[in-house]
Amino acid sequence: MPNTSVLVVGGGFSGITAALEAAELGHEVYLVEKTPFLGGRVAQLNKYFPKLCPPSCGLEIQFQRIKKNKNVKVFTLAELVSVSGQKGDYTAKIRIRPRHTAPGSADLSELAGELPARADNAFELGLAKRGPLHLDMPFAFPARYVLEKDELRAADLETLEDNEFIDLEETEKEIEVCVGSIVVATGWKPYDVTRLTNLGAGALDNCITNMQLERLASPCGPTGGQILRPSDGAAPKRVAFVQCAGSRDENHLNFCSYICCMASLKQATYVREQYPDAQVTIFYIDLRTPDRYQKFRARVLADENIRTVKGKVAAAAQGEGGQVVLTVEDAVAGTKSHETFDLVVLATGMQPTLSGERLPIDVPVDEDGFIVGGEDKGIFAAGCAKKPLDVMKSAQSGTGAAMKAIETVRR
Amino acid sequence: MAEKIGVYFDESAIGPYLNVEDLAENVRNRWGGNCPVIETSPILAGEEGRAMIESAIEAGTIDGVLVCGSSPRVDWQFFDFGPAIPVERVNLREQCGMCFPEGEDEELKTLMAIDYINMGMIKLQKTLVPEPEQIETVRTVLVVGGGWTGLHAALHAAGGGADVVLLEKSDQLGGKARTMYKTVPLAPPYTQAHPTGIEDLIARVQAEPRIEVVTGAEMQALEGAPGAYTAKFTNGTEKAVGAVILATGWVPQDGKALAPLGYGSVPGVVTTAEFEAMMKDGQLKAKRVAFVLNTAKALPRDLYQPACAPEPAEGEPAGEEAEEPAFKDMESARHLPYASAVNSVVALKQAGYVRELDANAQAYIIYEDMMVQGIHERFYKAAQDDPGVMLTKGYVARVEPGEGGSVLLTVKNTLLGQDFELAADLVVLPTGMVPTTAKDPVMNFVYRQGPAFPDLDLFDGFCDSNYICFPYETRRTGVYAAGAVRQPMLMDNAEEDAAGAALKAIQCIESANRGVAVHPRSGDLTYPKFNFVRCTQCKRCTEECPFGALDDDEKGTPKPNPTRCRRCGTCMGACPERVISFDNYSVDQIGSAIKAIKVPDNMETDGPRILILACENDAYPALDMAAMRGKSWSPYARILPVRCLGSVNAIWVADAMSKGVDGVMMLGCKYGDDYQCHFVKGSEICNRRKENIAETLNRLGVEPDRVEQYQVAIDEYDKVPGMIEEFMAMILEKGPNPFKGY
Repeated sequence: MPNTSVLVVGGGFSGITAALEAAELGHEVYLVEKTPFLGGRVAQLNKYFPKLCPPSCGLEIQFQRIKKNKNVKVFTLAELVSVSGQKGDYTAKIRIRPRHTAPGSADLSELAGELPARADNAFELGLAKRGPLHLDMPFAFPARYVLEKDELRAADLETLEDNEFIDLEETEKEIEVCVGSIVVATGWKPYDVTRLTNLGAGALDNCITNMQLERLASPCGPTGGQILRPSDGAAPKRVAFVQCAGSRDENHLNFCSYICCMASLKQATYVREQYPDAQVTIFYIDLRTPDRYQKFRARVLADENIRTVKGKVAAAAQGEGGQVVLTVEDAVAGTKSHETFDLVVLATGMQPTLSGERLPIDVPVDEDGFIVGGEDKGIFAAGCAKKPLDVMKSAQSGTGAAMKAIETVRR
Repeated sequence: MAEKIGVYFDESAIGPYLNVEDLAENVRNRWGGNCPVIETSPILAGEEGRAMIESAIEAGTIDGVLVCGSSPRVDWQFFDFGPAIPVERVNLREQCGMCFPEGEDEELKTLMAIDYINMGMIKLQKTLVPEPEQIETVRTVLVVGGGWTGLHAALHAAGGGADVVLLEKSDQLGGKARTMYKTVPLAPPYTQAHPTGIEDLIARVQAEPRIEVVTGAEMQALEGAPGAYTAKFTNGTEKAVGAVILATGWVPQDGKALAPLGYGSVPGVVTTAEFEAMMKDGQLKAKRVAFVLNTAKALPRDLYQPACAPEPAEGEPAGEEAEEPAFKDMESARHLPYASAVNSVVALKQAGYVRELDANAQAYIIYEDMMVQGIHERFYKAAQDDPGVMLTKGYVARVEPGEGGSVLLTVKNTLLGQDFELAADLVVLPTGMVPTTAKDPVMNFVYRQGPAFPDLDLFDGFCDSNYICFPYETRRTGVYAAGAVRQPMLMDNAEEDAAGAALKAIQCIESANRGVAVHPRSGDLTYPKFNFVRCTQCKRCTEECPFGALDDDEKGTPKPNPTRCRRCGTCMGACPERVISFDNYSVDQIGSAIKAIKVPDNMETDGPRILILACENDAYPALDMAAMRGKSWSPYARILPVRCLGSVNAIWVADAMSKGVDGVMMLGCKYGDDYQCHFVKGSEICNRRKENIAETLNRLGVEPDRVEQYQVAIDEYDKVPGMIEEFMAMILEKGPNPFKGY
């Protein structure tokens, strides 16, 4: 008889979905997430397209489901060390980093405030700093602080000494779990803008990425939801979106990242809602709004202050007063021109997490980093580890992967 | 019912805000007789705290647990002692301590804490240990539709251990895939079209002993409820099934929609489906083929103007239309652009056919946007590398007969810098994909609310869920849609969708078997219980249930179908006779908790009191978050979480008013087309019930505007305190509730 438990690697939306769907079918599931909190990329988003509803709403439901289901065992700050065995009988070794903090009921907000913020806040994508004791994700799961011990200085250690809610001695743990099948939902990362040398390589003032704009627009983000220029805090009047920043380009990402066109249309609504006079321009190759998203496109583009230009942006450079100058080829007019903007948003694509990173699982990965097999071994990719998808299709993909993982252990 | 309650205070959570010993003393004085254990603990949330509570339970000292500390959203794992031990978490950290405004009289904070503790105590005392209704379920999944999606769904369901009945209306399995020459690439490296493999798929289905195939029949009726359905087919047979996968796919849009592009009038203008058949049958001879993806000429200008009737004006009677409406055909011009992603990829595939047959042949693709999403970009790139495939953006202005039997296209606004004319042997037009559920009820539910899925016009007939996070959750529990009936999609996506729907179907059957709810209250053991003695057969519950869970029995009394139910409590909120309750959530329980609020007689000296009925799904976490992020609100507000605003019974408002509470604020999810209510209709129905509430208040002699509903999304925690402030200002202006002091 195969072991009927399932291992899910990655605690973003696909992984959470796969874990819960399998668990609600009565299977024991181990969900392994390397960061301190579940939620992945979705947790960083301000709104979903096309409903413009908050992603934390869906995540909160998922977290409630986890709380109610003892079949799901969640490990955060955890990474896979090794996987041995075969389909139906795998042994996975998981390394769990110490959290150093008491359960979430202990109120550590004051203590956290006493430790100065100096590390880049990865959740805020470099737009803010955070202290070594943090709980910066809204509606976090688990709702429990994490202490980054490596970041502590001598003065911090003094502050923390003898604090009954902090355990500086807690050490790394390794556990072993036995499972019959594995779902890999390692997701994606924003494409590294420093490689986009023609678009400023991330060094231009007020030329940000689409994921950074999500944080700027988010009520819990670094600006409390105000879309302001990072360089001077000014309200932008002319905003440009540069589509396919890395995507559809053999030198960068040899595929379309699926979400960026819809994301930019959505983000155009963020800008327009905050600034009734702002002008938004979207430079695109193809404006990809599949399926019923067409309706959303029509709704957004009905706004006269949102202009679309079919054409690739050849270059971005710093202008005067923190402005950004784009060199634009208008494919329809056949012209090349320079246009100046207060704020430029690069619609950077999604790169699979497994690009340039290896999992200790024997599963084939293509040159872009997408998983391209493993089913015969009872290993199933879900979500953006497999191909670029939006959230809805990731939910579908996570559910489908859970089914296949269960079929492996029920046969 | 919990009679021996253990009360535990967590100092680590509330010590910084409240005097825990004083609160414990207050509980001793007020509730001592009911509470054999009243403990304060330096750190309760942890293994030690858990062990301490557990030992009191094991010793039989207590049979219910009241935890005064952090929000119930935090540290859940230490406070779950199994279904037989009810637990109430009194949220004194976030919603009393953290939210308390700086500078206010600390005494008010203590009063607030005491109110919350008393409310929690009452709730706990009025909670019953759930007795789930378990039914013996039929472990058979019915798959409706034997095309690509349905075949995959059947195999996955069988793989998951279910028996499967696969129903196909035609005489043969395979659906549209059987008519295809090749498919767009479905697997890495996604660069070349290839055979669909449909014959092999059909053979696998036919060889699977768990699958019974029924062809030549459609659904005549689906009766019963998840776990115990009876499916009746048009061939006269009946099957007992537990859950259903709807994979009936799509039908091509009426060709008339393509008339402006010459379809039906210009010879040589065909649809993608017709072109596919020509290729499959070896009839394709054309050497110059133009694929038109830009269909702007065929689309009306007001394409996305609302076609449906406007929202009912405020004040119209609550409830869905009781009369069974005749089915409305939802096919529209929109189905053409909705299929543009599928059509873009299909054009690439079919352009490849032209080139495959003749190395000198030429294919033209004229598009507005090449909607070749995601990984299929690689297929697009491969086509672009073929010199025999010419792609351009352009508007097709005219399609007319050309010389020598050719078709002449006039193309404007191209990327080539000029308008041009193109003579082609064949012009291929895209196909609008109309979901079968836009044309017909399909399932033919024998439900009081009608034979079709409700409100599909919101999705132009697609059998979708409106939830981005939960694509499978339709409004008919136990029936899960997959494939193109849900969204236009390609076959790779449809296969995954089929697997997901198979999981949901099996999960639904197994949940019914264990007597637990499915999404979103998965695992909930309770279900609405009816005290029919007092039922007046007013039908409000049957009409308002968002999931159609209630039918009428022969005598016209509501007939609950627990396995259809999602436990939102909308029926409980609807019932004027208050005959509906859950074991752990009832009209009496919440009403009694409201009455536990101590309302001072004099508003001038002791301040007002307002009650906030907060949706536990979104509004309640938003309040927690507001507090955690340093926001504060009035110390005179008392928050009581409810399952959904749909579950709010008008009597609660009356209870509050007769107690002297000055205002009732209802905080719930957004409604309208992009509703966020987890139970679809709850917040909207609550709003529509305002009239009943107003009537109740008028009867009591209280101004109806003392009750107001606010819409809040979970991430609007920064706005919630402002809403409370606004409401409070209105109440202060109004003055005290006239009932105060009686």
